[in-house]
Amino acid sequence: MADKGEVILKVKNVSKVFSSKGINVRAVTNVSFDVKKGETIGIVGESGCGKTTLGRCIVRAIEASEGEVLYKTLEGREVNFLTLDKKQMKPIRKEIQMIFQDPYSSLDPRMTVLDIVAEPIRANYPKMPKKEREELVKDIAEKVGLNTTYLMRYPHAFSGGQRQRIGIARALILKPQVIVCDEAVSALDVSIQAQIINLLKDLQREMDLTYIFISHDLSVVEHISDKVGVMYLGRMVEFGETEKLFSSPRHPYTEALLSAVPVADPDVKMERIPLQGEIPNPANPPSGCYFHTRCRYCTKKCTEVAPELTEVDGRMVACHRAEELSLRGFDYSKM
Amino acid sequence: MALFRKKTARDENYYMASQWTLMWRKLQKHKLAKFSLILLLVLYIGALFADFIAPYGLEEFSALYKDTAPTKVYWKDEEGNFTRPYVHKLKKVNDKKTWTVIITEDTSKKYYLDFFVEGVEYELFGLIPTNIHLYGLVNENGEADQSARINIFGADSAGRDIFSRILFGSRVSLTIPFVSAAISFVLGILLGGISGYFGGWVDNLIQRVIEVLSAIPSIPLWLALSAAIPADISVSAMYLYITIILSFIGWTGLARVVRGKFIALRNEDFVTAARLAGVSDFKIITKHLVPGFLSYLIVNLTLGIPGSILGETSMSYLGLGMKSPATSWGVLLKETEDLVSVARCPWKMIPLIFVVITVLAFNFLGDGLRDAADPYK
Repeated sequence: MADKGEVILKVKNVSKVFSSKGINVRAVTNVSFDVKKGETIGIVGESGCGKTTLGRCIVRAIEASEGEVLYKTLEGREVNFLTLDKKQMKPIRKEIQMIFQDPYSSLDPRMTVLDIVAEPIRANYPKMPKKEREELVKDIAEKVGLNTTYLMRYPHAFSGGQRQRIGIARALILKPQVIVCDEAVSALDVSIQAQIINLLKDLQREMDLTYIFISHDLSVVEHISDKVGVMYLGRMVEFGETEKLFSSPRHPYTEALLSAVPVADPDVKMERIPLQGEIPNPANPPSGCYFHTRCRYCTKKCTEVAPELTEVDGRMVACHRAEELSLRGFDYSKM
Repeated sequence: MALFRKKTARDENYYMASQWTLMWRKLQKHKLAKFSLILLLVLYIGALFADFIAPYGLEEFSALYKDTAPTKVYWKDEEGNFTRPYVHKLKKVNDKKTWTVIITEDTSKKYYLDFFVEGVEYELFGLIPTNIHLYGLVNENGEADQSARINIFGADSAGRDIFSRILFGSRVSLTIPFVSAAISFVLGILLGGISGYFGGWVDNLIQRVIEVLSAIPSIPLWLALSAAIPADISVSAMYLYITIILSFIGWTGLARVVRGKFIALRNEDFVTAARLAGVSDFKIITKHLVPGFLSYLIVNLTLGIPGSILGETSMSYLGLGMKSPATSWGVLLKETEDLVSVARCPWKMIPLIFVVITVLAFNFLGDGLRDAADPYK
């Protein structure tokens, strides 16, 4: 088992190409990053940037086209999670789980909460007696703040926030190491979002979890993540520690994203950096740097040569001008 | 606070209700569907107890009663006082002027209507030999008497009781749709499931076959298929053949629906969640996918049954389906083929009423089920 601070998951050059009728769409291109045990990695980006696809590739809800996800199992072996066959997968599957975005479609309306939460146990420990199984379900239900007297109800009796707690309980019941939270709070009311985020934080401490937290909401990501990766058109454009990245971004796209975060103070005059144009078609991406069509610092080089992800100022950035530009970050004093 | 209603036991009852419970409750609120369900139950009970309810056997006839109207039942005696209901037997009279034979009532004797009367021998459910029928005629001494007949829906051209024949015919007419629906069901789920789950060329092949099958007009297809049935086969073999022919077309629509539902549900998050939890493909199909569209399928089938009933009736009517001695409603309606017999003996159309009622009842029930199938709205 990985100790705290040790790298537990290495995402290496993961790509996903969707092909349909001769058109190839590169949803994710060569994304790499390391995840340490107990960390929370935030993945942000606008709709269609491939963050959900990346998350699904990591848990193997869909198969990645290329790349590796090197995972250190509970037993301490390092395996490539993406190439395990069915038999090898069986004992490891439960260690990487997922929390879904939509609390309505992620629970089978035809099963009781008890059955939904117990399903992973049934699948992995078919011989466990019913009583023991129900004890486990009750334990986890209490942990995620579900009233255990409601376990015999069907999902239609619950609100969005409660449903998300059920989804969390299902993901946690097998005591996983890594959880991919795919927009886990986006579908909820803001007040409920805060509850669920605090719950996730508490559970992380209690159960020693590692999160990959995918969201388009920067304030949520800023709140929960130790490190943040910014994605644009399937590529990672900047990856670094949350505070550093937020206070002094090095990629123009990060700067633009941060300027769009609303501040809850009517007196603060914000200067937004509007992104011009639409996000380019991933089936026909622009030449050079993918962001150059909308970048206000664009040079000739940017339109021709794609920048590599390199280390600048203690984080990874994919921008030719990362060193020279002085970009405006998120002003913590205005919070 | 009036705004915040206290949670009652009734609410909890709703929260803990499974999909089927909710569906059942909602169906009960649909008056027409409930009524149809009861009506269908009555019809099926009639088919089950046909030997007992029918006063006469399938082939029991009386030449005297050929083409006669429904038997008149009297409630009053000659003085106009109410008595127990009775009928007269018929007799042949020669018209003195035209020398034609007229069938008329012989009022000299009364035959009383009675319950649990001895009649033709039969075996209830094919097990219990008995000769008791629900109703029949007795003479003045209270003994069962076959010299008079009571044909509440009249008699056919061979002098057989149409009511009895409707009951016996319902055994075929009401079960063929179910058996053929069951065959369609299995074929539809299997082929639609394979098509939706595997995709690729298998999917393509199955879909093209479905297209070809559904492009053929059904009556000519039935015609061609029933021409292939050997002429001298037993009644049960004929039943089997007709069922298979009927379900030949029924499964195609169902397979399409199943395929679509499979594809839609396969991408639902709860299926992904189950996959990530390590649930096997087989379990996912049986626990998540099939229950997900089963209610829909049942609705589809209920709405499809009338088609089968009408299919069987039209085939038999055209002489392509069941043939005498086998009896179905379509076979009974064959008697109404010519206008003269309809004009002279309109009671021969009564089997048609049963067809219409059954078809309507299935349609209303299906309607109610469709509304109830989505209980979360």
